[in-house]
Amino acid sequence: MQKRMTLHVNDGQYRIESDTARSLLNVLRNELSLTGSKYGCGEGQCGACTVLIDGRPRRSCITPVGAVAEKRIKTIESMEKNGQLHPLQEAFVEREAMQCGYCTAGMIMSGVALLEKNQNPSENEIVRSMNGNICRCGTYPRIVDAIRQAAEMMRGDAK
Amino acid sequence: MSQTPISDIYLEPERYELHSDGSPHCSKMARRQFFKVLGGGIVVLFTTTSALAQRRQGGRGNRRAGGETPAELSAWLHVGEEGTVTVYTGKAEVGQNIRTSLTQVVAEELPTPLDSIRLVMGDTDLTPYDRGTFGSRTTPTMAPQLRKAAAAARQLLITLAAEQWNVEGDSIVVADGKVSHRKTDQSLDFGQLTKGQKLMKTIGEDVLTTPAERWQIAGRSVPKVDAREMVTGRHHYSSDIQRDGMLHGKVLRPSAFSSSLISLNIQKAETMKGVTVVREDDFIGLVAPNEHLADRAIEAIEAQWNHPSQPSHEELFDYLKQHPVETRGWGGRSNHRQGSVEEGLKAADIMLEGSYTLAYIAHAPLEPRAAVAEWEAGKLTVWTGTQRPFGVRGQLAEAFGISEERVRVIMPDTGSGYGGKHTGEAAVEATRLAKAVGKPVKLVWTREEEFTWAYFRPAGLIEIQSSVKADGRLATWEYHNYNSGGSAIRTPYQVPHQKVQFHPADSPLRQGSYRALASTANVFARETHMDELANALKMDPLEFRLKNLKDARLKAVLEAAAERLGWEKRKSESHRGIGIAGGVEKGGYMATCAEVQVDPKSSEVKITRLVAAFECGAIINPDGLMNQIEGSIIMGMGGALSEAIEFENGVIKNPRFSDYRVPRFSHIPPIETVLLNRRDLPSAGGGETPIVAIAPSIGNAIFDATGVRHRSLPMRPNEGKT
Repeated sequence: MQKRMTLHVNDGQYRIESDTARSLLNVLRNELSLTGSKYGCGEGQCGACTVLIDGRPRRSCITPVGAVAEKRIKTIESMEKNGQLHPLQEAFVEREAMQCGYCTAGMIMSGVALLEKNQNPSENEIVRSMNGNICRCGTYPRIVDAIRQAAEMMRGDAK
Repeated sequence: MSQTPISDIYLEPERYELHSDGSPHCSKMARRQFFKVLGGGIVVLFTTTSALAQRRQGGRGNRRAGGETPAELSAWLHVGEEGTVTVYTGKAEVGQNIRTSLTQVVAEELPTPLDSIRLVMGDTDLTPYDRGTFGSRTTPTMAPQLRKAAAAARQLLITLAAEQWNVEGDSIVVADGKVSHRKTDQSLDFGQLTKGQKLMKTIGEDVLTTPAERWQIAGRSVPKVDAREMVTGRHHYSSDIQRDGMLHGKVLRPSAFSSSLISLNIQKAETMKGVTVVREDDFIGLVAPNEHLADRAIEAIEAQWNHPSQPSHEELFDYLKQHPVETRGWGGRSNHRQGSVEEGLKAADIMLEGSYTLAYIAHAPLEPRAAVAEWEAGKLTVWTGTQRPFGVRGQLAEAFGISEERVRVIMPDTGSGYGGKHTGEAAVEATRLAKAVGKPVKLVWTREEEFTWAYFRPAGLIEIQSSVKADGRLATWEYHNYNSGGSAIRTPYQVPHQKVQFHPADSPLRQGSYRALASTANVFARETHMDELANALKMDPLEFRLKNLKDARLKAVLEAAAERLGWEKRKSESHRGIGIAGGVEKGGYMATCAEVQVDPKSSEVKITRLVAAFECGAIINPDGLMNQIEGSIIMGMGGALSEAIEFENGVIKNPRFSDYRVPRFSHIPPIETVLLNRRDLPSAGGGETPIVAIAPSIGNAIFDATGVRHRSLPMRPNEGKT
């Protein structure tokens, strides 16, 4: 069904007209030119398309855009502020927690969601909450390290 | 003893998917155009006089672009008037991190901050011809060429400064983007020296470079040069390219392989607003203003297909053995004989037979095949993720009947390949649609398309008959590989009597290159069989291997991995097992130790620790190499434990991540990596070889713990257990 709606993405508001069944990922990438979120599987199995919706990590490839109007959507493009990387982005760079980088945006959004609710996640908690994200290059151990490093940095900042 | 690695003899013998290599002549840039395109400054051209290049020139006649650029030109380097160094190479970045390692080797010879060096890669209009990024050739071939080009550029800068200051060149030093004269304290940065210059120098292999023992910038861990682009989502992959007026394409896929169309109804799709259906012979596709609409339109097409009956995965290995083919272009048969197996058997004490199988597996790069095609005034530009941009240019020129000069293929750093992106299917499809509708078209394969219509790592059957003497020395070795391929097929162990054969077969599925090619199969079979022999001899598996090895480099990695694991101490603990395996491929030496634990109640097997030792000559970027080793091991765990393409009668049965199980966070045990840095030896690539030994090391550890021998990949050791 074609419908007019307002999307709240990062710090902007976007008036769009779209089929409500169209995926949020598709709208973000093609209508809003926010191409940081990636298509990897189209069935919510790989996590490359992960964005935050009202603070929770969601697979934008299986989220109909009609279901998220009026909700707060955050994508990878919002993580760097005034040239300052988010601590998790910084940790990814420092730990070289990527190879081809295609999964990275989804990994960071899933990781940020975890760190926002758990400031000191154990290795098991990290593994459990990241298990829906695939890195075919196999940088998993580095991603776990990066999340721990970022948690430490963020706890330090909060003091 | 001779140090010629076996891998050099069997270099890339299987190239199933390479039909056309693309034309080897250079990109558009003729000599006189260099400065016009690049701007003033200095340019160093690297030419190779390899037999390959000579053959190309001789065999293909005079097809030089612009009539001036030599065909064997393989890289060039430009120091611009702002002092920026730009390097042009036809190699492509797919996550193996060569953008960083090549930047490092350039900075080593032309000392300047890493962020003032830029690499232009894999663009057929801008970069020199390159056969493709495969076979771990970038580090041993391209890196030395770029080092030489950079060293020559440094020398040119020194000459310019010496003339300007009227001093001797040997009193001038280059460091940190500056050229300085020690005695007079004069100093100029690169841009000040190159301003207003149009200097060009052509060099070859004979330029001297800094030996690895004296490296300052190469040889160190430096951060990935484009990491910031990746963590911010700013890097544009092929699937992120946007063009004005661009439409989104889809292609109608048959219901099974080798299908022919019986009936087609496109009426519903055609009436959808903005949708244009394109039909050219057996090609049926469409374009729409967005992907969502394109998806809906393709689903609205009704088609019926007819297809012949085809083998299924259940009968695969019998089928491969019963369907040999004589084939050219991918190595064909290989046949190695040494001594006489019949004679050798007479003196043997223990004989052993083993049969090993490997399923087809998918590369499943996280970015599926994608392309954006744009026609403008008879010229075609295609952005696509491929490991062979020049090969794809040739494919496009052939498909659309135009000359290669009118095709530009641009390869943005891509969402991985692992040997799975040598071909240009999406590029051809996007181009066909773009041509039909007269607008730029983006086409991104779905995951299901990638799992179905790309190509697979070959499945294989390997049969070994061997024998040993009671003292633990190998006596005979007869080895038959059906369909997997010839990489690493020769045993690195000393055996006086050998018969080693590769038998190409009629593969039911489309197959092609994979990370480290068939060495994943051959090392698995051989290293599993070696373990079985050690067991038959009641010898320690490590001791048995070392006893039969002369290759000091392979010995060194086996010993290093075993030492880190604590091989001696870990023996004979209940419910715990350890295993070791090693292999040589593409100039790299890999050994892996695995430790597994078995739950006494459920008998579930858990991998508790992995230790790897790798040696590939002088290391350029230790942390980058470590990353590749870890990644290879993790990817190899998938093929070892869980990945298998299931198919039946021309249909892939598990074309999605929910059914085709790849490694995830929860599957990864602690991994320790030992790097052996041999600064006295030339650097070999490290993105492939570290995958070869993981499967047999795990299988051997499971046998040690449980007495159960896994001879088929994937092992699925916990199938049926709770």
